[in-house]
Amino acid sequence: MRGVAGTGLRLGIDVGGTNTDAVLMDGGRVVAWHKATTGRHITDAIVAAAGAVLQQGGAAPDQINAVMLGTTQFTNAVIERRRLNPVAVLRLAAPATTAVPPMSDWPEDLRAVVGHHTYLARGGLEFDGRPISGLDEAELCAVAKDIRGHGIGAVAITSVFSPLDAEMEHRAEAILRRELPPETCVITLSHRIGRIGLLERENAAILNAALSGLAGDVLGAFTRAIDNLGLTALLYISQNDGTLMTAAHAARYPVLTFASGPTNSMRGAAVLSGLADALVVDIGGTTTDIGLLLDGFPREAAMTVDVGGVRTNFRMPDLLALGLGGGSLVRNGGTSIGPDSVGFELQQRALVFGGDTLTLSDMAVAAGQMALGDRAKVADLDGVDLALARAATMIEGALERVRPSATRLPVILVGGGAPLLGGDTIGGGQIVRPVHSQVANAIGASIAMVGGECDRIFSLDGLSRAEAVAAATDEAKALAAEAGADVASIRVVEMDEIPLSYMPGNVTRLRVKAVGDLAAAGG
Amino acid sequence: MIQITLDDLDDIALGATFLGTGGGGDPYIATLMTRRAIAANGPVTMLSLDELADDALVFSCGNLGAPTVAIEKIMGADQPPNAVLALEKHLGRPADALLAFEAGGSNSMMPIYIAAMLNRPIVDADGMGRAFPELQMVTFSVYGVPSAPMALASEHGDTTILDIDDDARAEYIARGIAIRMGARSAMAAYPMDGITARRVAISGTTSLCQAIGDDLRQSRAQNREPFAALIEMLAGTHYGHAKVLYTGKVADLLRETKRGYAIGQVTIEAQDGGAALEIEFQNEFLAARQGGTLRAIVPDLICILDSEMAQPITTERLRYGQRVTVMAVSAPPIMRTDKALAVFGPAAFGLAEPFVPVEHLD
Repeated sequence: MRGVAGTGLRLGIDVGGTNTDAVLMDGGRVVAWHKATTGRHITDAIVAAAGAVLQQGGAAPDQINAVMLGTTQFTNAVIERRRLNPVAVLRLAAPATTAVPPMSDWPEDLRAVVGHHTYLARGGLEFDGRPISGLDEAELCAVAKDIRGHGIGAVAITSVFSPLDAEMEHRAEAILRRELPPETCVITLSHRIGRIGLLERENAAILNAALSGLAGDVLGAFTRAIDNLGLTALLYISQNDGTLMTAAHAARYPVLTFASGPTNSMRGAAVLSGLADALVVDIGGTTTDIGLLLDGFPREAAMTVDVGGVRTNFRMPDLLALGLGGGSLVRNGGTSIGPDSVGFELQQRALVFGGDTLTLSDMAVAAGQMALGDRAKVADLDGVDLALARAATMIEGALERVRPSATRLPVILVGGGAPLLGGDTIGGGQIVRPVHSQVANAIGASIAMVGGECDRIFSLDGLSRAEAVAAATDEAKALAAEAGADVASIRVVEMDEIPLSYMPGNVTRLRVKAVGDLAAAGG
Repeated sequence: MIQITLDDLDDIALGATFLGTGGGGDPYIATLMTRRAIAANGPVTMLSLDELADDALVFSCGNLGAPTVAIEKIMGADQPPNAVLALEKHLGRPADALLAFEAGGSNSMMPIYIAAMLNRPIVDADGMGRAFPELQMVTFSVYGVPSAPMALASEHGDTTILDIDDDARAEYIARGIAIRMGARSAMAAYPMDGITARRVAISGTTSLCQAIGDDLRQSRAQNREPFAALIEMLAGTHYGHAKVLYTGKVADLLRETKRGYAIGQVTIEAQDGGAALEIEFQNEFLAARQGGTLRAIVPDLICILDSEMAQPITTERLRYGQRVTVMAVSAPPIMRTDKALAVFGPAAFGLAEPFVPVEHLD
């Protein structure tokens, strides 16, 4: 069996709202890269970008071992309330949870799109696995008939404590299927996409169901592009936590791609720099995102994350966004920077392009740090040193907040605005400027691993803590193997323990994440 | 007498997180419940302790259970009102007003929710003035009001009355029942009259939550430093003294489970490299020490806030690298008597130091 890492050619693709990037990778080495405009037709953009790197790299389609693709299409759809389909929401919990029905905390404009079809039926489990109440088959049959009567083609089922035991969600799905066959209705089960935290997990399941129509179209476009290119390798899609899923899985669980953009950017920075533990500074046009790499993976946010105004508990990288980028407006002789930016109009409005707006990029070009536009247009600027020093101070302050301890970690600088920050060190950390950082996202996609996670509550009565940890670890590793990881390469990358406070007895919640290299992709 | 409307809830929740001193549970879900109840049934009347009739019957309300379960198994809509109705039935008389037993964290919101559901007034007061890990750590117990008879309710409509004349036994047995109810019980306890409530309750804590939340929110909106205004506002209350203890970054974090509690210590280091501040916690922050010197100790309040957003941070959300401001607030006099300190002073948490008021510490 051959693992992907280090052997064979892989294609990494990043489909963003503006650009579609492709990289041809040989192990950790970039063989070729290309940026194309995404435009209206995703298939064309992928074919253009990936076709270009295959040609540049002199690679035949059948030499490609695996194709890994990251995308922000689904995140953008939720944020823009675009192409979402109505969803019937079924919660199995009554008589518990009636104080907060589904979608209570959703923004009204999003509810209007997704609809108001919610059902709170009997079911759900207690923390110790006993049922809150048994499933009521007649009740669920009536729900199914009602959903069919309304012609709704997507259902989200959430049962209390389903991450502990998903049996009720499965049984409810089977009952609904009698009225709602797979050809006419997509059903999302919450335990597949979320962890403990009912509202957040339910929200994620609803968003997932609302994206099911778009997911079919987008994944279809991806697959057509792969076919058009003559590629025979399997297509994998990047997930939030920097691991991969199959295209078929992504078509069913599009929400699992929500944070893959920033995750891929950070994972790409890790592989380009060869560093596993580092701070990553991604300087874009409007903002600078700062995150922390631990063991090659981004540190995850502890707080809940809002996506388009909906509270979720996705595994998102913990990023600090700073209102500073290449398009940031510079005022007061260089002492004031941003947070407003000319954004995508940089090529019209910046001085170096003959525009009338003083941006941070103009300052960097004037200082000779950045090659952009016409340097002669900024030959006589005042406050250049002041502005660039101010930018460095802002980034240094933000790094100080992200840094985990007094250890002076190296700082990996990526993104189109990277030249804004000069020098070799910042805040005592060595600055690393990897080549190809402009396509870090696509590179991050190409090196992704596959993972599994266990998040369960254990009672330590009659079970030692070590036994509980071992059980959780085994479960996470088994899930990673099931997802396609090469068994020999699977290792635990994260372990969290949250004691259930306020209760006597030893009850604890364990979360273990294991990852491994993709096993023998491409057959 | 004032009205609590939808517009007040977010401020009360934010202030309750501050008074939670690191514990008490996230009020997010309780706030959603209350928002729905007030939207359906109208504003809730809030009386001051002085406005209570001498012979008014007052219950204390809240939840008993595990916060980790609370984020998964949300309450049934009728569950909290059912605890109140069960105790009313047992006593043969309706309650005239409800008050919180815990102003800090998610329990702050429960009386408001029940009041909106049952059309009762609430009292602007509570029994902890902050959050504490154990039910009997209330001023009601300290000053001789028994917790029983009390009622517990599950989401099934099951209720139980405990008539137990020893508060420690009542807490122990109530927790056992709460586990069987799925680690989430609604509770109504400490029935007392208006005269007694004036003697044993900590007054003004719901409106204090609102004032704290209002200050934090406004300073955020206006992008100004929030702590000076907060200190000035608290100086005008019976809490009295408040100060910024320390500003720095979370440099170390130890957390473990003992006896069912989240026990641990957080170390905060200043940017300038001075001696670090070490804060010990058991669900809530208990003691702050710097270079071996005590800076603040329970029952005085130790609050950790995000330096940037002035968002109070709970122990489970502490993380390495957070930039934080630590505030200490003196507990009101009713919480600092010898009787009170015997119940929720340093010794009650196994701390070696005697209580020293924060205003007497450097």
